[in-house]
Amino acid sequence: MAGELPFEKPLNDFRQKIIELKSLSVEKGIDFSEEIARLESRCKQLEEELYSELTPAQKMHMARHHQRPTSLDFIQAVFTDFIELHGDRLFADDLAIVGGLAKLNGVPVTVIGHQRGKDTRDNIARFFGSPHPEGFRKALRLMEQANKFKRPIITFIDTKGAYPGKTAEERGQSEAIARNLREMAGFGVPIVCVVIGEGGSGGALALGVGNRVLMLENAIYSAISPNGAASILWKDASRADQAAEAMKITAKDLLEFGVIEDIIAEPQGGAHKDLEFQAAQIKDKLWKHLEELLPLTGEQLIEDRYNKFRKVGQYRIPEQRVEAAGSKQAGVSPAAQSLSGGAPKETAPEAAPTVQ
Amino acid sequence: MQIKDLFTKKKYATIPSEPRKRDIPEGLMNKCSKCGTIQYSKELEKNLKVCSSCGHHFRLTAWERIGITLDEGHLLEYDADMESVDPLAFPGYASKLEQQKSKSGLREAVVTGEGTIGGFPVVAAVMSFDFFTGSMGSVVGEKITRAIEAAHAKRLPLLIFSTSGGARMQESILSLMQMAKTSAALSKFQGDGGLFISVFTDPTTGGVSASFASLGDYNLAEPGALIGFAGRIVIEQTIRQKLPDDFQTAEFNLQHGQLDKVVHRKDMKATLTKLLDMHVAREGTSYGG
Repeated sequence: MAGELPFEKPLNDFRQKIIELKSLSVEKGIDFSEEIARLESRCKQLEEELYSELTPAQKMHMARHHQRPTSLDFIQAVFTDFIELHGDRLFADDLAIVGGLAKLNGVPVTVIGHQRGKDTRDNIARFFGSPHPEGFRKALRLMEQANKFKRPIITFIDTKGAYPGKTAEERGQSEAIARNLREMAGFGVPIVCVVIGEGGSGGALALGVGNRVLMLENAIYSAISPNGAASILWKDASRADQAAEAMKITAKDLLEFGVIEDIIAEPQGGAHKDLEFQAAQIKDKLWKHLEELLPLTGEQLIEDRYNKFRKVGQYRIPEQRVEAAGSKQAGVSPAAQSLSGGAPKETAPEAAPTVQ
Repeated sequence: MQIKDLFTKKKYATIPSEPRKRDIPEGLMNKCSKCGTIQYSKELEKNLKVCSSCGHHFRLTAWERIGITLDEGHLLEYDADMESVDPLAFPGYASKLEQQKSKSGLREAVVTGEGTIGGFPVVAAVMSFDFFTGSMGSVVGEKITRAIEAAHAKRLPLLIFSTSGGARMQESILSLMQMAKTSAALSKFQGDGGLFISVFTDPTTGGVSASFASLGDYNLAEPGALIGFAGRIVIEQTIRQKLPDDFQTAEFNLQHGQLDKVVHRKDMKATLTKLLDMHVAREGTSYGG
């Protein structure tokens, strides 16, 4: 079977055997139906076992599957009346990012996504879905337009990361990403982001500052690709599978960390097995979250988004301690605790006397 | 000695010997990593750790930077006790943190607080490359965010000296989210009229360069500082080209329109003072020194 991942081989061997047995029974006229039924039920069981609990590394391979639907596939299948818009008005039209107007259940929205190529030629034109600064600036332009016309923004995240190139650096890759992060935080319209494949680093986050961030069941999201982490940690990029296990990159992990709000189920065997089913799942969840956000005012949306990102991170403030000498009121830190999630925070700044 | 002896060649035996050790006490002298010039550490320090021969700016620790930038080198520190935890239970992270603490004498890669520069009060965040290559995990993100919020609440200018290898991969997604957290805090602060001066120092790359460091109302840099998003080796492997020597230097970034100004260390304090002076609160403005 085309597009089979290494860990799926036992399953495919099984299926192959069933096909052989079927053709044998036709050829020789022997009745293997009992045998076939037994094998088929065993195959189904194996399928369920295999796909029910994929390891992080297996999910990573699933997320990078070359047949996995791309942003444009989902845009076509989830929305109606899509009008693609091009260019950043400054330098170029980066094909690694697509975007435009569309309707979701009749509501006009701005939709933007990273776009991987479908084949080698397409991939080269689209830089394998890794944007240059002009790509991020194109996305920003479309988001500013959405903000002006009070349209919700939907983004699809699917990139290994921002393109590491000479011209990308010359044109301010850092600044382009940073600006998107800051500006997205300030838009008074609902923003819902969906990680559909691989969410790699700052290049992914540059489309990811949403009120809600959702992830497909087998998508991954991390600060650095597992391959990159492996080459830094162990000087060996081929140990990506091992790094994938250590880095907590799956939708389940991120839901626990409070980084995402919801997980979108995939069909058995991955999104590429059934685009229609997958698109319907995405549409349902998008609408569910959008319906919750639509009644909020611009200010409420900005505050909601701020609070979501404000609380992410884990740290510790050890024991009660008096702040630096010279302080008028000694700042007292909360007693030993590990702060995470939405724990209230109260510390030092107030302890400092105003210097004038 | 007889005259004829002058014309005969003397034969010397060579005795293998240890190369002569310099009996210079540890730390007395310093060698410039750029031009190789050896200079007295005391001289170098008097020179603000800038090579007297080639002008190379040595890296400074957070407290060295505070010492030469803030009035009387005084900073009233915020969140001095905040420490990293190991949220991912990442192999080797906990012990690496301990090692970094004892190596640098710092608790984390950024020191935040408030002080004055040329008499103007500021909230300052100063990063230190000697702690975990200045990488940004939850603590760096939280301390920077709190500093931004403090500047906002107190209506003070914000000054950040950055130096960082990028996001701290041992905290993976939580590190990445600090980019959004700090940038969102800047959105509020700057959106409300807050002044933010960002100074890039050597090196500032990855997730720090691609978040708060690039968002200054004024972006300054020290000469020769490495500033960029992706690493040189990764880029060379991707585009299969050798990159020019000055690639991603402060001067390269200035030339490509990414910086307002490259400022020599000896002029930094005066430049900052001048900038702050331009923003002194006037009637009708809510911010200022």
